[in-house]
Amino acid sequence: MPYLGSEDVVKELKKALCNPHIQADRLRYRNVIQRVIRMPKLDQWGQAEVLNFLLRYEPRSEEELFDILNLLDSFLKSSSPGVVMGATKLFLILAKKFPHVQTDVLVQVKGPLLAACSSESRELCFAALCHVRQILHSLPGHFSSHYKKFFCSYSEPHYIKLQKVEVLCELVNDENVQQVLEELRGYCTDVSADFAQAAIFAIGGIARTYTDQCVQILTELLGLRQEHITTVVVQTFRDLVWLCPQCTEAVCQALPGCEENIQDSEGKQALIWLLGVHGERIPNAPYVLEDFVENVKSETFPAVTMELLTALLRLFLSRPAECQDTLGRLLHYCIEEEKNMAVRDRGLFYYRLLLAGIDEVKRILCSPKSDPSLGLLEDQAERPVNSWASDFNTLVPVYGKARWATISKYQGAERRGPELPDTASFATSGPLIPEENKERVQELPDSGALVLVPNCQLTAEYFEKTWFSLKVAHQQVFPWRGAVHPDTLQMALQVVNIQTIAMSRAGAHPWKAYLSAQDDTGCLFLTELLLESENSEMQISVKQNEPRTETLNSFISVLETVFGTIGDIKS
Amino acid sequence: MISQFFILSSKGDPLIYKDFRGDSGGRDVAELFYRKLTGLPGDESPVVMHHDDRHFIHIRHSGLYLVATTSENISPFSLLELLSRLATLLGDYCGSLGEGTISRNVALVYELLDEVLDYGYVQTTSTEMLRNFIQTEAVVSKPFSLFDLSSVGLFGAETQQSKVAPSSAASRPVLSSRSDQSQKNEVFLDVVERLSVLIASNGSLLKVDVQGEIRLKSFLPSGSEMRIGLTEEFCVGKSELRGYGPGIRVDEVSFHSSVLLEEFESHRILRLQPPQGELTVMRYQLSDDLPSPLPFRLFPSVQWDRGSGRLQVYLKLRCDLPPKSQALNVRLHLPLPRGVISLSQELSGPEQKAELGDGALHWDLPRVQGGSQLSGLFQMDVPGLPGPSGQGPSTTAPPLGLGPASLSFELPRHTCSGLQCSPRRGPHIVSELCQACDGAIPRSPWSLLVHPALQGEGRYTGERGPRG
Repeated sequence: MPYLGSEDVVKELKKALCNPHIQADRLRYRNVIQRVIRMPKLDQWGQAEVLNFLLRYEPRSEEELFDILNLLDSFLKSSSPGVVMGATKLFLILAKKFPHVQTDVLVQVKGPLLAACSSESRELCFAALCHVRQILHSLPGHFSSHYKKFFCSYSEPHYIKLQKVEVLCELVNDENVQQVLEELRGYCTDVSADFAQAAIFAIGGIARTYTDQCVQILTELLGLRQEHITTVVVQTFRDLVWLCPQCTEAVCQALPGCEENIQDSEGKQALIWLLGVHGERIPNAPYVLEDFVENVKSETFPAVTMELLTALLRLFLSRPAECQDTLGRLLHYCIEEEKNMAVRDRGLFYYRLLLAGIDEVKRILCSPKSDPSLGLLEDQAERPVNSWASDFNTLVPVYGKARWATISKYQGAERRGPELPDTASFATSGPLIPEENKERVQELPDSGALVLVPNCQLTAEYFEKTWFSLKVAHQQVFPWRGAVHPDTLQMALQVVNIQTIAMSRAGAHPWKAYLSAQDDTGCLFLTELLLESENSEMQISVKQNEPRTETLNSFISVLETVFGTIGDIKS
Repeated sequence: MISQFFILSSKGDPLIYKDFRGDSGGRDVAELFYRKLTGLPGDESPVVMHHDDRHFIHIRHSGLYLVATTSENISPFSLLELLSRLATLLGDYCGSLGEGTISRNVALVYELLDEVLDYGYVQTTSTEMLRNFIQTEAVVSKPFSLFDLSSVGLFGAETQQSKVAPSSAASRPVLSSRSDQSQKNEVFLDVVERLSVLIASNGSLLKVDVQGEIRLKSFLPSGSEMRIGLTEEFCVGKSELRGYGPGIRVDEVSFHSSVLLEEFESHRILRLQPPQGELTVMRYQLSDDLPSPLPFRLFPSVQWDRGSGRLQVYLKLRCDLPPKSQALNVRLHLPLPRGVISLSQELSGPEQKAELGDGALHWDLPRVQGGSQLSGLFQMDVPGLPGPSGQGPSTTAPPLGLGPASLSFELPRHTCSGLQCSPRRGPHIVSELCQACDGAIPRSPWSLLVHPALQGEGRYTGERGPRG
C-alpha cells in the first residue's frame, strides 16, 4: 500500500473500497471520497493511486455516478499527465453507459494529450502518441484540426516519427488531406530508409480514400529511381489496385521502368503480380517477365519464382503469342532443374493444368482482379470507446494491442500456478461486483458473485458417482441450430472455467456432453447437454451438490452466454 | 509499483541498482536491458520493452538511462513522470545529473531512493519532505571552470558574451547549506521556450508552436513565500483582452499544484512557497499567430545543371532579431539527393563551417548577430541523378530529394514577444515581474522551385532573477 500521508481518511478510503458494506452505504461512501480527493496534502502520486482505487467501485445509481464525476472533475485539469490520464480512464469506465459523457471527457483531455505529444520528454511524447492513436480508432475526427501538431521534426527519434506518421494517416480528412500529403511526401525522401518506407505505406493507406492525389505522388516517387523507395511504392500499388480498382489505369502507366530498381524479394513479388494480373494493359509486360525468366537461375527466393510462374501463366492467357516461348522455358526450368520442391510441384501442377486444355486453365486461374469490399470492411472497424476504456492509461496502447496479446499470453503461462492473483492486478481488472449480478446483489448484499474456480479436476468416476447421487436441480432448453463443433464448445467452456468430462463425437445422434464446474465456496455444478437430432434445441440439466438458487441462476446465465457466443460465431 | 530501479551510463555501465521487491532476477537485468536496447529492431520503440514477465520502462536524461522494471500493467504516464521527477530530484541533490556526479554520490543516491520509494511504491518526491531524512552531503565537482562558459545554461550559467559574471547555480546542489552557512538566499527564474515552426515553400507560415515554461530554482529557506507577478496584459485564450495593448497572449496555461491562484484573475500574481530545488511553476502553449517576427528567414536559390550533374545551392540567412540580441549554435541541416560526391563552399564568415554527412549538408554558424545577414554558396556534383521527367538538359528545378531545410538554434536572453524577467524588491518578499516571451523556429517543405524553409528548436532563456 502506498504512502498517502498519515491521514485517517486514507485508511478509511482503503477500508471503504475493500468493504462491500460501506460501498452499499452511499452517503458514507460519498463522504469518504469527497474528503480524500480534497485532501490538500495528497500529492500527484497519491491522487493517481486514489483514482486507481476508485476504478474498483461500481456506483449504485446514475445520480451517484454523476456525483462522483463532478467531484473528480478538477483532476482532469491537473498539471500532471499521470493524474489527468488516470482521471480520464476512470471517467471513461464509470460513464460506460453514457457515450456523450465519454466524448466530453475525450474532448477535455485533448489539450493535455496534445501538450504531452509535444513535450520535451520523448518518452512521454511517445506514450501520449500511442494513446492518441487509441482514441482515433474510436473517434476518427477527434484530432483532425490539430494535424499540424503531428508533423515530424528533424531531430525527433525514429520511433516518434513512425507514430506520428501513423497518427497523420488516421486523422486525414477532406480539409487537411492536401497539407498532410505534402508533408508525408517530404518524409518519403528522408535519409532513413525505414522512415521513408513508413511514409510511403502511410500514403498508400490514405490512397484508399483519396486515390488520385496519392497515386500521383507515388508515381512521382518512382522518378527518384532509388531501390528502397521503388520497392515500397510497387508494393503499395499492388495493395491499392486490389482495393481500389479505379486507379488501375494510372498504376499501369507508372509501372514500366520500375524493374531496374527492384532487388528485394517483396518488391519483385509485387511487381510480378501486377504484371501478371494487369499485363494486358502494360505494353512491355511480357518482356519484363522474360527478363526475370532469363535470370531465374540466379534467383535466390523461391517465392519470387512461384509468383513468376503464376504471373506468366496468367499473362499467357491474355497475350499468348508473346508469352508462349517464355512460359515453356520457365516450366522446363522449374520441372527439370529446380531443386526447391514447392516450386517444382507448382510447375508440374501448371503443366498438367495446361494439358487439360486452355478453357480449364482460364476457369481456374481467372479470379477477380480486385476486391473493393475489403477496403470498406476495414474502414468500418471503428471500435466503441468501451472496447478499450479499460486499457487506457496502461501499457497496452504503448505496446500495441497485437504485441500485448503475445506478451500477456506468455505471462499468463508463467504465472499460472499456486500463486494467487495479486491484489493490484485485481484493482485494474474490473469492478468488485460483476455487472450482470448487480441487481441480485442489491437484494442480497451478502451473497458474493459466482466465481468459478479454474483447474477444477474431477475424475470421470467421481463425476459419474456424484451424478447419480444427485437430483436434477434445474432443467432448461436453449435454441440450437445445426451440428455441434465439440472443439469450439470445449474451448469456449474452458474460458469460463467449465471443465468438459465427456463428449460425443461431432455429428453423433443424439449428441451428449457432460460438464463440471466448481465455484469458490466449493459448490459443484454438474451438467448434461443433450441434442436430439430431430429437435433444434439443446436440453441442459444441471445438478448441484449444495442447493443454492442464486449461484445456480448465475451458472445458468454463464452457460447461456457461452451458447449465445458460439451460436453467433456459427451464424 | 516498481520492482527494480537502475541507472545506466550512456555506454551501458550500471551506476546505481536497487531492487525494491526482490521478486525478480538479479543484477544482470541491467545488462539484459542494455542488450535489448541496443539490439532492438528499427521499427520498435525502446521506451517500453519486456522480457519474460517483466516490463522495462526508461527515460534518457542527460546521457543516462533511468530504468524502472515492473511486472504489472501500470500507468505509463505516471511511471514516466516518476522517472523524470527522480531525475530532477537527483539533479537537485547532487548538483547536476551526469555520469560523474552520480558515481561521486552513490551513497546519497541510494539514500534518496530509499526515502522516495518503499517496496516499490512512491512515498514522497517533495524536496521539502526529503530534506529531513537525507543526511549525506553531496560531493560537488569542480565548482567553476572557464570551459563551462562556452555553453548557454539555465539558472544563471551565462555565456562568455554576457556582462554578468557566471554563477554556478545551475550545478549547485540544493542542500549544501548544512555546513556552509554563508550560502546566499537566491532565487533563479527562467523562461524557457521550445519553438517549432513550419514554413511553406512560398514563405508563408504553416505552423507555429510554442511550448513555454517558467522554471524556478530556489535556494531560499523553506517556507518563505514568493510572489511572481506576471504583466497585467497577460491574456489566456484567444478572446480575452486585458490592459491597453495586445499584451501577451497564450493559448493555454497550467500551473504547478503548489501555486495559489487567488490573485491570478485580478492581478496576475502567482503565490507560492517554493520548495528548495527546481520547479516548473507554469507551462503555457501558444500556436499560430506570434506577436513578433520569426528570428530567422532563409532565402534559398538552386541552380541545377542536369547535363553535368552540377548542383549549386545558394543560401541566404537573415536574422531578424533586434541588433542587441544574438543567436548561438545555429545549425542548418539540408538533406541532399543521394550520390553527392564533392562539395565546394564559399561562406561569408571564417568561423562558419560546412560539411557533408549522413546524406545531408550541415552548415554550422556558431554565432549570428541580430540584424545581420549571412550567406553560403555550395556547389556539389551529383552524377547520374535523374531529374523530373520531360525536362531539358539544364534547368533550375531542383532535383528530388533536396530539402526541406531545417534549422536549430539557441537564443539566450531573447524573447520574440518581449517577455522579460525584471526584479522588484520588497521586504522579505521576492517578487518578479515577468512578461511572456515567445520564440520561433521555422522550416518549410521544399517544393519545386522556391524556398526551403527552416525548422529548429530554439531555446530562450530569460534573465537571471534577483535575490531577496
